[in-house]
Amino acid sequence: MKYVDEYRDRKMANKVAAEIHRAVTRPWAIMEVCGGQTHSIVKYGIDYLLPKEVELVHGPGCPVCVTPLEMIDRAHAIARQPDVIFCSFGDMLRVPGSHGDLFQVKAAGADVRIVYTPLDCLRIAAANTSKKVVFFAIGFETTAPANAMAVWQARAQRIRNFSVLVSQVLVPPAIAGILEAPENRVQAFLGPGHVCAVMGYREYEPIAPRYRTPIVITGFEPIDLLEGTLMAVRQLEQGRTEVENQYGRAVTPDGNVDAQRMIRRVFEVCDRAWRGIGVIPKSGYRLNDEFRDFDAERMFELGSIHAPEPAICISGQVLRGLKKPHDCPAFGRECTPQNPLGATMVSAEGACAAYYNYGRHLVKVPSAAGIS
Amino acid sequence: MCLAIPGKIVELEEKGCMRMGRIDYGGITRDACLEYIADPQIGEYVMVHVGFAISKVDAEEAARTYQYLAEMDQLEEIAVPEPSREIR
Repeated sequence: MKYVDEYRDRKMANKVAAEIHRAVTRPWAIMEVCGGQTHSIVKYGIDYLLPKEVELVHGPGCPVCVTPLEMIDRAHAIARQPDVIFCSFGDMLRVPGSHGDLFQVKAAGADVRIVYTPLDCLRIAAANTSKKVVFFAIGFETTAPANAMAVWQARAQRIRNFSVLVSQVLVPPAIAGILEAPENRVQAFLGPGHVCAVMGYREYEPIAPRYRTPIVITGFEPIDLLEGTLMAVRQLEQGRTEVENQYGRAVTPDGNVDAQRMIRRVFEVCDRAWRGIGVIPKSGYRLNDEFRDFDAERMFELGSIHAPEPAICISGQVLRGLKKPHDCPAFGRECTPQNPLGATMVSAEGACAAYYNYGRHLVKVPSAAGIS
Repeated sequence: MCLAIPGKIVELEEKGCMRMGRIDYGGITRDACLEYIADPQIGEYVMVHVGFAISKVDAEEAARTYQYLAEMDQLEEIAVPEPSREIR
């Protein structure tokens, strides 16, 4: 496939890795923000190609992982109602709430459907006018234009039996939160390529100098991740703290302005709770007042839902780059993708699940540097 | 979750009141919404996420940066020539 195969070329990967070996003189901790990047790094063993001085730490950019347990319980409570067709992206179905996952809710008789795009929900709603169709609208800025368009189209087409359970999160406040923590050890970021395809990277330009931290907007294929790492290492070695764009074939400085306009029409910024991290101010979207009729949380009386997390889970520290999966005593033992105890094990893009799925629970891997 | 796949636009169509397109991903084709793409053309590549094209693939930029990587170690040799080779 064009724009995929050439970015997985082994010779080219070795070449870029060799350049990183030449460029590095001291230890650096670089965080890749996106879960998709974490997944690629572990799948292709990209960290094994790097010099020992360069440590990749895994960031909070997996929306499935950071969706709060309470929100998942809320989704299940809606899905269980008899007049509801509950629609979701496939990766949310396996995520356990306090009482089982959506597959189990479906097995117990609920109408739960996997959709490829939120627009599918509109067709389902039009074909099932006696039912309430609810879409679990999770994701980062990448997914927001699609979810916003579904709501916009529902209003335009006067589809009244459609609503969204919104759990949209934003990357820049999470990055700033990581950098502000006194215990932070991240020295540079590989920025979120597809988030920036939508949003551009202007928002990141004040962050890099303010926290003296280079940010390299980076793609998802092996060569992208290696080149992004090379650019970050060069900045660190030269003492520069800039925003650079490795992913120029998909990302422009201003991003997709039409998509941003649709996001602003439908959503407004709000505080959001992140699983494993807690509430981050102004770190998410909710529907604005104009579209409140499409808000599933208003449509369904759910009361207050509280869900305690297992105390042993260290996913909060993993999400902030303070610890690695191997630092957790439960990793690969009590906690596996079949029986996840916390955020970073619930999705294939979570650091713990990626390590487990590619057999890293079987090998001895050094823990987070400098952390005892 | 935030993965987007590059695919080639092979057909343009209006569906409902939305601009849609048929996208070819190395032999498999699917519809995607092209509302967020300015002036989409058949033959162009777009990045598609959850059924929406979120950006055009900039073919020139892709070729330029890939070429840069391909020539990287040659540039290194030009910048730091080995004296022994120079003498010969």
